[in-house]
Amino acid sequence: MQRLDSQIVIETPEGISLPLTPAGPGVRILAFLIDAIIRYAIVFAVFFVLQFFGDIGSGIGLIAMFLFEWFYPVFFDVFRHGVTPGKKSFNLRVIHDDGTPICFSSSVVRNLLRVADFLPSFYILGVLCMMSNRRFQRLGDLAAGTLVVYDSPSVQFAESRIEGSQSFPVPLNWQQQQAIIQFSERCNTLSEARQQELANLLTPVTQDRDQAAVNTLLRVANGILGRQ
Amino acid sequence: MKQETFENRYQHDWQAFEALLEQLEKRQSPSVVQFATHYRRICHYLALAKARTYSPQLQAQLESMVLRGHQQLYNRKTQFLYNSLQFIVLKFPALLRENWRFFWLATALFYLPGLVIFLAIQWDPNLVYTIMNPHQVTEYESMYDPALRHLGRERQSDTDIFMFGFYIWNNVGIAFKTFAGGILFTIGSLFFLLFNGLFFGAFASHIVNVGYQSTFFPFVVGHGAFELTAITIAGAAGIKMGYSLLAPGNLSRLDALKQSTKVAVQLLLGAAFLLIIAAFVEAFWSSSTLLTPTIKYTIGGLFWLLVAGYLTQGGKGYAT
Repeated sequence: MQRLDSQIVIETPEGISLPLTPAGPGVRILAFLIDAIIRYAIVFAVFFVLQFFGDIGSGIGLIAMFLFEWFYPVFFDVFRHGVTPGKKSFNLRVIHDDGTPICFSSSVVRNLLRVADFLPSFYILGVLCMMSNRRFQRLGDLAAGTLVVYDSPSVQFAESRIEGSQSFPVPLNWQQQQAIIQFSERCNTLSEARQQELANLLTPVTQDRDQAAVNTLLRVANGILGRQ
Repeated sequence: MKQETFENRYQHDWQAFEALLEQLEKRQSPSVVQFATHYRRICHYLALAKARTYSPQLQAQLESMVLRGHQQLYNRKTQFLYNSLQFIVLKFPALLRENWRFFWLATALFYLPGLVIFLAIQWDPNLVYTIMNPHQVTEYESMYDPALRHLGRERQSDTDIFMFGFYIWNNVGIAFKTFAGGILFTIGSLFFLLFNGLFFGAFASHIVNVGYQSTFFPFVVGHGAFELTAITIAGAAGIKMGYSLLAPGNLSRLDALKQSTKVAVQLLLGAAFLLIIAAFVEAFWSSSTLLTPTIKYTIGGLFWLLVAGYLTQGGKGYAT
């Protein structure tokens, strides 16, 4: 099957090719902003509480600020398998570029090198670097060997909406069969008018129009898949 | 085999695997003895589904299961506490000695310009203004006025903990920046080492000119052993990372970078450990005015010997 060009394929030791979809600069910047807001909110809250403890509190606050500035993403990388709250809201995840989960030292590298990506200011170098390679890796990602990818959503079986199967009037090759199966699987996500519009393309062969044509195609798909 | 038959026959196995995955992902550690076999079976189903060109949706469902299984099977479990201890006691000094060239290069880059500017300012005191602006000079001068009860940044007597926090936030941050700048073909690390060396040398020389050495040197000697060494180690780590891009050898630049960074980040973590000790010493020991300079010089000298001993003798015979 032809992959989209935004996907990359990783081969596992089991000989399976895993498709991964790297996340581009836009969505990653948004995720970063959400994380930044959360981080500053927490630091602000910590300082607010600790100010009642005078200089000792401020000292502890500075240590907390240090930890949040440098290790907030590391914490989530290690304990949440590479998903910070910001990334979670866009369904993103950090992994090694061989598909394995991120580990502590890789996480430290990619997050410390954020300083270099920040140069000359506002992450310009990081964004340029991301746009110059097809895996959208910034400097920190390149050095640590990590990727930010979209989490594959868990897939549900589409419900078969029609009973019975039938054969197609003419023999179909494999690509045509695939097209019909894909039509049946995506039918639920299309509007009725669009379903009929697509099915009507085959009217010259099936002699059916509108809903009848859609039903015919669904029954043909049932036949190809072996559903009774 | 038609897809429907295939699905019906193996559905229960997939569901069992998904249940297992969910347990593993929630870290409920169920019996995982069969996990690898089960995972390979799922890989096999996916391979079959692909070879027989079953519907994209079925392939996607199996693929996502394989992806999740892959994440679990190749998860790198670590014993954090044991590993950290072993790292500090054995691995870090051994690793640093292995990279002695970068360490001495960074040390030279830090101290030599500092020494040159120190001597230059002794020769012509006004040269201090080529490095620092007048406002900075007066501000730093006031920190080491012998009339103060406390040394270092201006503060009350009960703020040792505040300063401890400040030094961690500020100094470890500087070390991290010194390291990270190295990825720009070593330039960032070289800049921070030279800049800090020059600044420190200029300031030390100026302090001698205004006659505050009785407060300044006893103050810095103690934590300097940890802090200055740590800054040069962070610089060395950054240079190592950038150097792999300049001279990748037999590897591609990207692979060379990945390999050198794996070592460099460990050197940096060692440096961060030294800086935390430095922050502790600086906040609670160096700042005290109750101790005489003689005691401070003696203990400070011992700290230098301690650091030197640790870095040259620690982890002898440990294979990194």
